[in-house]
Formats: sequence, structure tokens, C-alpha cells
Amino acid sequence: MGKTKKTPEQKSYQKLEKKHELKRPVGMNCLKAFLVGGLICTIGQVLTYFYIYYFNFTEATAGNPTVATLIFFAMLLTGFGVYDHIGQFAGAGSAVPVTGFGNAVISASIEHRSEGFVLGVGGNMFKLAGTVVLFGVFAAFVVALIRTLLSMWGVI
Amino acid sequence: MLAMFFWAFVVGGAICVIGQLLLDVGKLTPGHTLSTLVVAGAILDGLGLYEPLIDFAGAGATVPITSFGNSLVHGALQEAEKHGLVGVLTGMFEVTSSGISAAILFGFIGALIFKPKG
Repeated sequence: MGKTKKTPEQKSYQKLEKKHELKRPVGMNCLKAFLVGGLICTIGQVLTYFYIYYFNFTEATAGNPTVATLIFFAMLLTGFGVYDHIGQFAGAGSAVPVTGFGNAVISASIEHRSEGFVLGVGGNMFKLAGTVVLFGVFAAFVVALIRTLLSMWGVI
Repeated sequence: MLAMFFWAFVVGGAICVIGQLLLDVGKLTPGHTLSTLVVAGAILDGLGLYEPLIDFAGAGATVPITSFGNSLVHGALQEAEKHGLVGVLTGMFEVTSSGISAAILFGFIGALIFKPKG
């Protein structure tokens, strides 16, 4: 579709459209994303140290309970409707950390509870987050397969 | 320890900025952005670059969604070392189980106690 020649009218319309298109404040958005995303990761670091000192996790394994705790916070914030406001302000700053993944699962669950727990919550839970799981698993499969084959053949 | 908080903030923030640039400049949808980041995390771990980043930035590297791709690869490789090719499949969720279980569990609990708004 994009490759067909455009008529002069279409071209002039596109110019007009571009002129009236809202400019995205990219710099400002990036600053907000940086601050909020950085803050969430700093909270994660506090939790990481907490689990290392009080629950005998190591530096390598403390990421797991940290992620679980952050998703718990995301549940509370999503349930009370706060996470949406953070998301409007921070954009990717609240979507990229794992809390955004939690928010996607939890908001879909809450939204569909009126359709029942089996078909509504169970069926729609991963409506938004499923794509992350799918492409994560597929990419990880390919990458791990290549690494394993290479090491079996003695390349690395 | 203070340096660790600083680097967690900077690296975590920087990964979020990459996400924001994909959204604003790349004009991707949030779904495409997050998928791209997860795939990037998996590839970085395949090249052996993500683990040093975690050592350096701690939660700055484990909290963003890129670490999901990283820990999927990590689990698969761990198991593959023990059981060969089958391990790639069976070990996939070994390391990352807590994030997925927490999301499912808290998603359900959230649906039990909260009512939809608006």
C-alpha cells in the first residue's frame, strides 16, 4: 500500500496533515520516563538489599523476590487507580519496568471480572501481557538453542 | 552501596528512555515496544552482555522488562548445560518463575478485591 504512487492531492493533504499533527514533546517525555523509571529501579534496589540482608538471598538471586514485590505494589496501585495516572505522566517510565507488566496483567483481570472468574479473568488476564511472554519465550528459545548448539560443536 | 543506588537509577532510567524513544520517535505501540525490549534482553544475554550489566547496575538491570528476556535465556542455558538440547525447553521458566507467578497470583487477587473503575 505504501509503495503505490501518490496523487498530488494526496501529497498536499499529507503535508497539511503533518502541519497540524501534534508535535510530541520527545525531550520532555524522555526526561519524565528517565526520572520515573529510574525511581522505580531505585526502589527495586532498596528491595534487593532488603532481601539480601534479611532473607539470605544472594546478589544473583535477589532479583526474583524483588520482582514479585514490585508486582505486588503494582497490584495495589492498579487497584486504587493510581497506576493509570503515573502511566499518563511517565509513559515508558512506568511501562518498561516489571511493574508495567504487572499492571497490564492486573488491570486486564480487574476489567474483565464482570464476565466471571473463569471466562473473564482467566481468559483475559494475559490479553495485553501475552505478547511480551510470547516474544520473550520465542526469542529466548532461539538464542538459547544457538548458544547450546555452538557449545556442543565446540565453537564457544 | 550508595553508588549502586545511583547506577540503578541511571541505568534503569536509561532503559526507560530507550522505551520512550521507541514509542515517540519509532512510533511503535506499547505492545511492540515491550516486545522489542524483551527480545533485546534475550539477545544481549545470548551475547553474554546482560550479566555484566546486572553486576554493575543491580535492580537498574533486573527491574526493566529486558531482564525478562535475559532470565528466560538464562534458565534455558542452565538446564541445557545439564541435559543438552531438551534443557532449552524445560529450563525456560526456571529463573523467571517468580515474575510470572506473581503476576498471575496478584492479578487474580486484585480481581477478587478490587472493582473496575469508570
